[in-house]
Amino acid sequence: MPRWALRLAGLSYLGVLLAAPVGLVFWRTFEHGVGPAWDAVTTPAAKHAFVVTVLIAAIAVPANTIFGVVCAIAIVRRRFIGKGIVNALVDLPLALSPVVVGLAFLLLYGRQGWFGSWFTDHGIQVVFALPGMVLVTIFVSLPFVVREVVPVLREIGTEQEQAASTLGASPFQTFARVTLPAIRWAVAYGVVLTTARALGEFGAVSVISGHIVGKTETMTLHVEERFQSFDYVGAYAASVVLALLAIATLLAMNLFRPNEATR
Amino acid sequence: MGLATAYLSLIVLLPLAALVWKSQKAGRTGFWQAVSDPQAVSALKLTLGISVVVCLVNAVMGTVIAWILVRDRFVGQGLVNAIIDLPFALPTIVAGLTLLALYGPNGPVGVNVAFSRTAVLLALLFVTLPFVIRTVQPVLLELDREMEEAAASLGASPLATFRHIVFPNLFPAILSGVALAFARAIGEFGSVVLISGNLPFKTEVASVFIFGRIESGDAAGAAAVSVVILLISFAVLLAIGALRRWTTRHDRA
Amino acid sequence: MAIVAQSVTKRFGAFTALEDVSIEVAAGSLTALLGPSGGGKSTLLRVIAGLERPDAGRVLIDGEDMTRRPAQKREVGFVFQHYAAFKHMTVRENVAFGLRIRKRPRNEIRDRVNELLHLVQLTGLAERYPAQLSGGQRQRMALARALAVEPKVLLLDEPFGALDARVRKELRAWLRRLHDEVHVTTIFVTHDQEEAMELADQIVLMNAGHVEQVGGPRELYEEPANEFVMTFVGPVNRLGDEFVRPHDIELRLEPNGKSSSRATVERVLHLGFEVRVELRLEDGRELHAQVTREEAERLELVPGSEVFVRPRHTRVFALES
Repeated sequence: MPRWALRLAGLSYLGVLLAAPVGLVFWRTFEHGVGPAWDAVTTPAAKHAFVVTVLIAAIAVPANTIFGVVCAIAIVRRRFIGKGIVNALVDLPLALSPVVVGLAFLLLYGRQGWFGSWFTDHGIQVVFALPGMVLVTIFVSLPFVVREVVPVLREIGTEQEQAASTLGASPFQTFARVTLPAIRWAVAYGVVLTTARALGEFGAVSVISGHIVGKTETMTLHVEERFQSFDYVGAYAASVVLALLAIATLLAMNLFRPNEATR
Repeated sequence: MGLATAYLSLIVLLPLAALVWKSQKAGRTGFWQAVSDPQAVSALKLTLGISVVVCLVNAVMGTVIAWILVRDRFVGQGLVNAIIDLPFALPTIVAGLTLLALYGPNGPVGVNVAFSRTAVLLALLFVTLPFVIRTVQPVLLELDREMEEAAASLGASPLATFRHIVFPNLFPAILSGVALAFARAIGEFGSVVLISGNLPFKTEVASVFIFGRIESGDAAGAAAVSVVILLISFAVLLAIGALRRWTTRHDRA
Repeated sequence: MAIVAQSVTKRFGAFTALEDVSIEVAAGSLTALLGPSGGGKSTLLRVIAGLERPDAGRVLIDGEDMTRRPAQKREVGFVFQHYAAFKHMTVRENVAFGLRIRKRPRNEIRDRVNELLHLVQLTGLAERYPAQLSGGQRQRMALARALAVEPKVLLLDEPFGALDARVRKELRAWLRRLHDEVHVTTIFVTHDQEEAMELADQIVLMNAGHVEQVGGPRELYEEPANEFVMTFVGPVNRLGDEFVRPHDIELRLEPNGKSSSRATVERVLHLGFEVRVELRLEDGRELHAQVTREEAERLELVPGSEVFVRPRHTRVFALES
């Protein structure tokens, strides 16, 4: 196939599908000037949605990072029965529809759910409140750190860790001074992916949040709410904020992306 | 280690179990009723059908784009490579909004596919864009160019070389990407919900149907359909995995 | 002449791999392109194969100008250092590839492949994948694959470079036998002068993009054209402007004529069949000689002994301008 034909096909596909739509949203947002857009994005509801989004991410990302590193080490370096199941469970969030995720957590922690009654008895509101939203966000963003760290751990092998051990390092010292530095870029990349997923989550939080404006809305839910209320400027403006976060994510991804040649 | 298992069970295993349990709570008949509801069946058929098309398009276009990113040289190549991941980084609701802005009723190019199946297709193509590209790229990068030179020295035209040498080695990677795209497509919600209009029997995908069931308080029905999708997804992924293992049998000496 | 390269020049960016290189290869012969790494030999081979396009010059095969023709149409067989095996195909499918491309009938392909597998002694491994073969086996498969389409010319790029020493020696002898049987014009690239000397009818010694000398193994060794050739093709001692081979240094216990010099033995190395004697002359210069075990015994050479050395045969090369 001639070179230019492939190039044309590929680039036009990307242009039609990717570049044009995103470009248009930026255009639409600032069509009437920065003023209206800024106003839309600084309403109390919008600001609260932003805080909620950041708060959820601030809990979910560190939790999944710690879990991710621990789990990766367990998968690669330790033997135990059921490793296959663990692998499957870690990958499961990638295969599940977000709505189904929301449903599952609703069944667990809702009033009639398995644990729901325990929580309501103790006055803790899980569903239709922040805790529930944090839980589903943890679920959907679970796999990324694990999946990035596992291949790197496999590749570097145990020799360095064994060397540290013969030199007198305790397991914790080995972990902190040898293992962790070796995987740090994989962890960084995993954290970027986790954060992007956490910030962008919509379907699951939609089911579990109850859509209470000003209380249980994330930025993504806020976009939908503004759109359904025909406040298009509001919807676009909030989208632009999220798009800017996405672009920042892209930059970080390209910075930390594992270099295929040196992997 | 124990801590990790506890975390995993709490976050992943338990919700899954609750889902399965709820789905059969209404008994066999309840389950069957929920699943054979005409609206449910229509949503499932639509979702599966469009997902298959999406996977086919991605298999082709994904390979093409991976090819021009690896084997070609043009101005802006780095930028193109970077924006491939945008569908992953962008929240799905925003994705839906952007597509609606361009290809909806107020779009500048006069194209309006809102509330049609084309809209669903478009949204799913958007969110599944990176998968095949990112699985094919590394394989293409590492492909031994000398194999292609050997084929040329043996008389193979560039097309024959692609057909007999390059493609068989890319195929497993394409399958991996397709598996990821399929899993994503059948469960997609956020990007579809605005642009498709969610018209039952026409543009309502499975995830939107399930959402409707939840809002109506029919958690058992929602769970039943969810389990069906899970099983179908599981079966397809197993099949793709097996095919992939068969096509890479030459690697396992 | 089966293969002629005329004034071939090839540059990669700022680096000149070949500068005005011309060689002629006789039909049916086995020629070696010998030289240090980076000298241009692989590049020349790839230009002849059509895998690289020269910036200047021509390539003729059997009198036909092939310079503009792609590798696909040159009917050359090419064997790579790292085998370039089609890893997703069995051995049989690999060898059959060229014939399948040419759309030959199925039984013709089957017979020819069996014939070749027998020739390279891989008959029992036909259904295996390359990943299941040893390096030597993979290279034999690569050879069978290249020969399957009866090429006019066989080109091998450091074919044994990736194999260990013992396998290398075996395949060397095997290649010579194969060439005696099949008689296709063959050029192979190597940086191992022993390999070139052992296998080739004609050696083209290349360095830094130029041809230093062309000739048979004996000619290169006994009549080197310049200092580079002499030092590359065998061990050498340098005494000022004169070059002497270690086995051309005569050791005696008494002086023997005017060109005899006194020297002290520093080390005596017994390397199996030969004995290497490291000497230091009175003026401090170092020399090493090669003698037989009998001579070493007869002279009772030990570190510290005094001997008289006389070069039997020296060479002096005119300074390059």
